[in-house]
Amino acid sequence: MHIPDGFLNAGTLAGTAVVSAGGIANAVRVVGKKFGEKQVPLMGILAAFVFAAQMLNFPIMGGTSGHFMGAALCAVLLGPWAAVIVFTLVLMAQCFIFQDGGMLALGANIFNMGIVGGLGSYAIYRLGLKVFGVSLRSKMAMGYIAAWFSVVLAATACALELAISGVSPLGGVLTAMVGVHAIIGLVEGAITVAALVLIRSTRADLLELQETEVCI
Amino acid sequence: MKNKKWWLCAFVFCLMLATLSPLASSSPDGLESVAEEKGFVDMSASSPFSVIADYMFPGIHNEALATILAGWIGTTLLFALVFGVTWLITRVRKSKLSPG
Repeated sequence: MHIPDGFLNAGTLAGTAVVSAGGIANAVRVVGKKFGEKQVPLMGILAAFVFAAQMLNFPIMGGTSGHFMGAALCAVLLGPWAAVIVFTLVLMAQCFIFQDGGMLALGANIFNMGIVGGLGSYAIYRLGLKVFGVSLRSKMAMGYIAAWFSVVLAATACALELAISGVSPLGGVLTAMVGVHAIIGLVEGAITVAALVLIRSTRADLLELQETEVCI
Repeated sequence: MKNKKWWLCAFVFCLMLATLSPLASSSPDGLESVAEEKGFVDMSASSPFSVIADYMFPGIHNEALATILAGWIGTTLLFALVFGVTWLITRVRKSKLSPG
């Protein structure tokens, strides 16, 4: 859901860019304070994975495709601020090198996928662990649910921005965006859990990084 | 699995994913198809310049090869970029906390 230039008006672009800049500044502060040699390579791997997986569009119904986003996977593994750093750099590369997502819309794309997707899914994940406990089963179930929400929340933010910009009436664009991304989110959940299972079976210690060392 | 070997395996796994990119669906994605349905897709402005536009390395006629090459470049670049920036952020922060 990379927004191209031309969709959003100046006010919406400026507003989302300011919030994204604030989010990035805080992400740099948190990551600088809490991350060490164990998290640094995992950040690189997550970015490589997010980039590669985002190229793999899969067909859903009605001649539409979707792709994995990855904000929830980053947030569950390394916390929401890690997701903000990873998404800022992935979206910058996609925008400036691969001409995917507008240059003026970069702040809005970082806001939707990194900040709303990352922080939103992380909040849901933590809330779920509080309610259902921290067993492996509840971690995987909440990973799936958080991943579904990361896509749907980002799509909601995108629809709101389109409506505020006067591009399309809110009711219609919100229903359409949430409808499509509710389906894409099911695949997002499956890939996120598959990645978590794969990491757990080979390097279980990496799953504990976020809980022991990085809270907020 | 040993630390270094795991990172290498994970990176190679990402490169293998990127190698699958020619198989990706070329149908419009969620936002694009909503934009078509709601009639505002023509508002989109294309970039004033292009480097590896549309995930196709320029100058290669074989589309699959051009896409795979773009995928490998992006995957490698993102690993290096995010690794480097995160390393820098953690280092700058620590040198500020304990000067000298």
